[in-house]
Amino acid sequence: MAGLELLSDQGFRIDGRRPHELRKIQCRLGVFNQADGSAYIEQGNTKVLAAVYGPHEIRGSRSKVLHDKVLVNCQYSMATFSTGERKRRPRGDRKSQEMTMHLQQTFDAAIQTSLYPRSQIDIFVEVLQSDGGNYCASVNASTLALIDAGIALRDYVCACSSSFVNDTPLTDINYLEESSGSPEIIAATLPKSEQIVFLEMNGRLHEDNLSRVTDMAVKGCKDIHDILDQVVRDHVSEVSTVHGWEN
Amino acid sequence: MIITHLNLGILLTRIWRSMVDVRIAGARSSTKPNVSAEISNLVTPGDVITADTGFMRGHGTYMEDEKLYASVAGVVERVNKLICVKPLKTRYNGEIGDVVIGRILEVGTRRWKVDTHAKLDSVLMLSSVNLPGGELRRRSEEDEKMMRHYLKEGDLISAEVQSLFSDGALSLHTRSLKYGKLSQGQLVSISPSLIKRRKTHFHNLPCGASIILGNNGYVWICPTINEEVEQTGGYEQNLEPIQKSDREVIARLRNCVLALAEHKMMLYDTSVLYTFEASLRYSVKETVKPEVMADIIEVAQQRLEREGT
Repeated sequence: MAGLELLSDQGFRIDGRRPHELRKIQCRLGVFNQADGSAYIEQGNTKVLAAVYGPHEIRGSRSKVLHDKVLVNCQYSMATFSTGERKRRPRGDRKSQEMTMHLQQTFDAAIQTSLYPRSQIDIFVEVLQSDGGNYCASVNASTLALIDAGIALRDYVCACSSSFVNDTPLTDINYLEESSGSPEIIAATLPKSEQIVFLEMNGRLHEDNLSRVTDMAVKGCKDIHDILDQVVRDHVSEVSTVHGWEN
Repeated sequence: MIITHLNLGILLTRIWRSMVDVRIAGARSSTKPNVSAEISNLVTPGDVITADTGFMRGHGTYMEDEKLYASVAGVVERVNKLICVKPLKTRYNGEIGDVVIGRILEVGTRRWKVDTHAKLDSVLMLSSVNLPGGELRRRSEEDEKMMRHYLKEGDLISAEVQSLFSDGALSLHTRSLKYGKLSQGQLVSISPSLIKRRKTHFHNLPCGASIILGNNGYVWICPTINEEVEQTGGYEQNLEPIQKSDREVIARLRNCVLALAEHKMMLYDTSVLYTFEASLRYSVKETVKPEVMADIIEVAQQRLEREGT
């Protein structure tokens, strides 16, 4: 993009971060009473709400019942006011359908699905404000919501994006960096075992640089994991102190 | 047209002024206590609990590469060789002998499907209910045809867990006169982990109402039925209007139960009663306000600590 310097000579990005720095993450568990689990996350200016219902009996057609595992059902949607341009976004449009599929695949890999045969888990994700990294924020919010719902996971699922500018990999890219035409890699991982459960690449990137950029994304996932883990620990300690469960 | 709109606007503003009690989100006092030092045996998903192979794998854990990992966030509980992790809140995990409140979802062949807030719908077999009048005999085809007369979709029942199916679904029974169809009262739904396991879950509170604390997190509040004779398994419903005073007691109890749940306090007869008595200083309407709730709970909590269980 002409006139837009993604990485200055001093090594700063447009929003003042260094290449390896994440945006500020703030999150909260248990934001809804009605849902079995819920979470809210802010990654920079990207704000996402997630709600989890279940495991419960399969609603709708009986043919969807899986006899040995749980059916993971996701719904991704973006609020009308989430982007710079106000636009009505019907749920079934192609972009959100694709995102829904991706989320479903990601969580099918992370939830211990065989523990809940014949049942269904619903994950509803709503993007309230979008500033790049919608998938990443959605995955992170859903993970927190699943933990809040007490659903058995193999590990946290953390997602992070990365890009490649001026021979330098950038982590957790925002909307400006995303739309500048530089390559983008999105990875969702199980940070403790370093397994990648989802990987997506947009744009063109030379093969030689691939591993560096991927490593940057995986490193970002680990950093995000540390932040989320702290939030979960604080939440659990706080609630169980009130319960009087500590002894 | 314009005039009517204007009138409506004025009317709404008046209603707003007189009825709505506004709180700004920022002014809400955070009820959160300062996070005390982290609890020692706390784990989150993916944490290694132990690399020792001498332990048994319980709920909330999984084994991989000869290591035991946690799969939920919670506190590690160890009973001899068995390790479990208990999450803060989950769906209801049934155990045999639990008292539950459920809602009939479906009438099927010789069975009812019941919602008990569990992972799968529960089943109430025709053979595990008491027939009206307490008749003891084999269930005939006639009874099958009458099933919808006994219990229909949307009815609430109290029941006991009889057994668990292999997939985790519950089988219920109402083979006692204390169980059966519920008639007039109010259902409150809270987290199952807040219900304390007790010898009895049916309580006639001295304040003039009865409460059933279902292990599945459903709480039923109804006016006390005095006559022993009326325990017919609920087939003869008493649909007489309930007095205003009784209704106020029920409404107050409901608010107390919700206040206890909001502050993550365990529910059992004493805690509910103490909360109820602490709330008597306020009108029923006031007890839904967050600051009043906090006050009531604090008073009840102090009394619980002072006077024991």
